[in-house]
Amino acid sequence: MTGEKAAKRAVKAPTVQTGPRPPMARSRRMARPRTGEAPEVGALPETTAGPGAPHILIIGGGGTGGALAHDLTLRGLRVTLVERGEVTSGTTGRHHGLLHSGARYATTDRATAIECSAENKILRRICPGSFEENDGLFVAITDEDVAYEKEFLEACWQCAVPTRRLERDEALRAEPGLNPDLRFAIQVPDATMDAMRVPLRFFATARRNGAEIRPFTEVVAMTMSGATVGGVRVRDRAADREYEIGADIVINAAGPWAGRVAVLAGVKVPVVADRGVMVAVRGRHCNMVISRLNAPGDGDIVLPQRAMTVVGTSSRVVDDPDDLTAPADEIAAMLRESSVLVPAVGRAELRAAWSAARPLIGGSGGSGGSGGASGAAGGSRGAADASGRGLVREWRCFDHAADAAPTEGFVTISGGKATTLRAMAEATADVVCRKLGLDRPCQTTDVVLLPHTAWYSA
Amino acid sequence: MSPRAIRPKAAAPIESTAAPTELATTPVESAGPIESTMPIELAEAAGPATAERAGRPNVRFRVSRWNKRLKKAHFDDFDVEVEPGGTVLDALLEIRRRQDPSLVVRHSCMHASCGTCGVRVNDREVLACDAKLADLPAGRPIKVQPLANQRLVADLATDMVDFYARFEPAGMPPVRAAEVGAEIEPPEAVRTFMRFENCIECGLCLSACPVARTNRDYIGPAALAAAARVVDEPRGQELGPVLALAAEPDSVWRCHDAMECTAVCPSAVDPAMAILTLRRHIAADRVRGLLRHGA
Repeated sequence: MTGEKAAKRAVKAPTVQTGPRPPMARSRRMARPRTGEAPEVGALPETTAGPGAPHILIIGGGGTGGALAHDLTLRGLRVTLVERGEVTSGTTGRHHGLLHSGARYATTDRATAIECSAENKILRRICPGSFEENDGLFVAITDEDVAYEKEFLEACWQCAVPTRRLERDEALRAEPGLNPDLRFAIQVPDATMDAMRVPLRFFATARRNGAEIRPFTEVVAMTMSGATVGGVRVRDRAADREYEIGADIVINAAGPWAGRVAVLAGVKVPVVADRGVMVAVRGRHCNMVISRLNAPGDGDIVLPQRAMTVVGTSSRVVDDPDDLTAPADEIAAMLRESSVLVPAVGRAELRAAWSAARPLIGGSGGSGGSGGASGAAGGSRGAADASGRGLVREWRCFDHAADAAPTEGFVTISGGKATTLRAMAEATADVVCRKLGLDRPCQTTDVVLLPHTAWYSA
Repeated sequence: MSPRAIRPKAAAPIESTAAPTELATTPVESAGPIESTMPIELAEAAGPATAERAGRPNVRFRVSRWNKRLKKAHFDDFDVEVEPGGTVLDALLEIRRRQDPSLVVRHSCMHASCGTCGVRVNDREVLACDAKLADLPAGRPIKVQPLANQRLVADLATDMVDFYARFEPAGMPPVRAAEVGAEIEPPEAVRTFMRFENCIECGLCLSACPVARTNRDYIGPAALAAAARVVDEPRGQELGPVLALAAEPDSVWRCHDAMECTAVCPSAVDPAMAILTLRRHIAADRVRGLLRHGA
């Protein structure tokens, strides 16, 4: 759809699930019983992809790794994914749960906005029943907000994000919890998701299709042959033992930890950890996603989550992605700013305050920064400047064979948003197939994923 | 090899002056600042053995450990510098980061929404991310154990497969119509406001249930609460199979009304009330059936 058409039509009615449960996805391959024991040194998992299929090892069990495992299994490759903790325990599970319409980034990061707009529709299609499809409101309160409208609407129009203007009274009828001093609001097709359960659908479907997913399995070393990565050495924390896994290509999908993983292969990737603090208060004070109609800032988004209301978020670059405290001043700022949008948030009882480390691409420089691979995949986007807010939410796929000091068999995917996990996986799988000389198209835009509960099926 | 002797992971060098301790009970040296900003309750919680340390107070955690190489579980003690307002999960992650990277613990959202970090703290089922250290009794170690009545993966991580095997057949969709502000008129293009179910599938209720402790076949409170949700808001779903599930021998009639499930639920689901509701529905169905046969 063109941006023009999108802007002219009203926000399309999201469909409410009123009938029986959505049908289970039909896997393209037969289910395979899971094996309890990890294979011994050098052994590969037996998959339906066939013993001759190339074996891809993914490091990192976040949304990106899960979506990538799903994509690669659909393309007939053997996949093993290792994660040091539980799946989705790094950055993925911690986000506030916004399924972006793209509106948030329309003025500042057009490429991300366009991609979010497209992925939003795809995810609703392949993850039915996983979203609160209540749309979002960008609320104007101050003169500055009002002045921002023209730029915002124009940017949304250019990014194919449908919008609809609600006058003050109309907005208050829909969301009585809004600040009554609001001037008007712009409705956009934002939605909320369960930050853990949407990615679990990718993991569940990937495993059903033959991927081997190993949580509590931490990479301790790369097995290198000269400048070629041939696999990894891992420590299985649950079985208390170390073993090696061989692979044709190793993919670093470790999010903000990608830099640390890359170092094991002697590679540098320009990923920085950007700490965002979030706050949850008791009570569901709105049904829609409420954002401030202005440039992105701290505490400018309020969204419902079950019987809570979640406020996001701040942006501070930190040295260590494991150093995830939530400073009191940032919590206070978050509550202060969000109260301007939804006053009840400031009066509500605090349920939790936490932080997550976003993986941001810290500049196009550095060895491996060529990202040549993703150029072919149409994936790598944008450049970046130096500070948390200034860094765009781009993602990049680095084929380290294209580095100044080439490393074969090693690819890094990092950056991006939860909303763009599928697109990141598609571009990375394209890179993998190209490296292997395979011509296998992506199928993930249409395969409906298994429900999250399937992740826990025996 | 003892889990204590595992070297720090190479993937993420641990930037800590505190090397992994050789003995589980050896306190870690504190390198914190001199001034304390801790609330008094937290300083007391640290106990006399550790409270005098400079900087943020240390709190002793007694953590249950087990992995596939060990015959039985044991406790390891860790002294952890706690943050003001910190939670049990914060402390567990701090242990994993600075003292023992082999600690296996499940977690994801950090704010009581995903339900993965259920554990028993001082013999009570809680979400570790929701258990504020300031709320725990002072002066004695904080005991952390995995959930009961469920299979163990390792240390504090339980395998949720059995939980979902009971939960899934109830067929509860993850989203429902929002009841808050039901009288409110949604904006154009939004037909009905939707919201996620309260149940976060954490398994605390199953762990706390005294019936589940003695009867492995009992379907358990979470599955029955899910069944009651479907009965409450069927949205086109056929109720016969759901009520049949609830009427099975190891279902609603096994419940002893101990109410432990409702007491520990972190998400206000009230499985105990749900079980009573299901019993009424089943009884009413039977009465209707008898009347039909009598007619």
